[in-house]
Amino acid sequence: MMLKKLFPHPILMLVLWATWLLLHNSLAPGHIVLGFILATFIPWLTSGFWPEKICLQKPLTLFKFLGVVLWDMLVANFTVAKLILGKNEHLQPSFICIELDITSPVGISLLANTISLTPGTVSCDLSADHRQLLVHGLHIKDAQATINEIKKRYEKPLMEVFTSC
Amino acid sequence: MLATVLPIAFALVSLAFVLSLVRFIKGPDLPDRILALDTLYINAIALLILLGLYLGSALYFEAALLIAVMGFVGTVALSKYLLRGDIME
Amino acid sequence: MLEWILALLVLIGAFFTLVGSIGLYKLPDFFMRLHGPTKATTLGVGAILLASALYFTFITEQTSLHEVLVTIFLFITAPVSAHLMAKAALHIKLKQIERTQNVSETERF
Repeated sequence: MMLKKLFPHPILMLVLWATWLLLHNSLAPGHIVLGFILATFIPWLTSGFWPEKICLQKPLTLFKFLGVVLWDMLVANFTVAKLILGKNEHLQPSFICIELDITSPVGISLLANTISLTPGTVSCDLSADHRQLLVHGLHIKDAQATINEIKKRYEKPLMEVFTSC
Repeated sequence: MLATVLPIAFALVSLAFVLSLVRFIKGPDLPDRILALDTLYINAIALLILLGLYLGSALYFEAALLIAVMGFVGTVALSKYLLRGDIME
Repeated sequence: MLEWILALLVLIGAFFTLVGSIGLYKLPDFFMRLHGPTKATTLGVGAILLASALYFTFITEQTSLHEVLVTIFLFITAPVSAHLMAKAALHIKLKQIERTQNVSETERF
């Protein structure tokens, strides 16, 4: 209980600690201690800005998801480069509306970011009730197939990781 | 090897810089100009890192980080201005 | 060997940065232009930063990882700014190119 009060946001704390060490580009003991002090106090002082608790259910799924996204980004870049450098008259831009099953705010923002970073799609807007995501595609041949792909590849693992707790 | 490749990389990124600048001047609408500015600052980061590689100095990294942070805040502020008609509330 | 990898990374990075800007320059409407910079430049700058990290790690024989910070920062902020710009463009009712499909979807947002 005591530990929870001292460290209300363990993930934020680790991120801050790593950021401090990376900024100084060193692993000197002094920086480790100073980083730890900052990483303890900053989440504590700003805890009013972080009302919702984040809990990761399956860290392994998250890492697998990150790997899939990095790979897709690499492929996406080559696809988009080919589309851009080729003839632009044949491109078929299209808006798609994705019905979201995922409810956690962190999950939705991660999904939107992933969609923007992967093949030929950019997330444009989220409806006020957080149920629909508007996506713009650079070259969409089959809208339904794209929606299914996004749902299966990105939304499902994110839903498994960010379930409410 | 790196010494021969770096000037080519400089030329490519500079060309990218010029193309973004043309889009920035041509517009035609405000969002296009914001997007061009966004691309310009990312190109500037690339140029700075290349310069750091060329001179063998890690000093330019701090400048690149600052440009990344400030550029993002600038893009967000400009988009918010279009969304709300007010810079910051 | 290291020199070759570094040279390749720098070239790939510069090439993709250029592709992003070419997309920005030549695609016909705003929503399509959005695709070029958000994707190509993240990988472009990412590759150049990776080259820089490798270079300083091996030249100064001291791990240099702070380039990772800029890379992560760019990968997080690029989609966010793209999303905000698209939202702003939808808000001021920017015209899309005529062959765009499903434009009616945008009216609900």
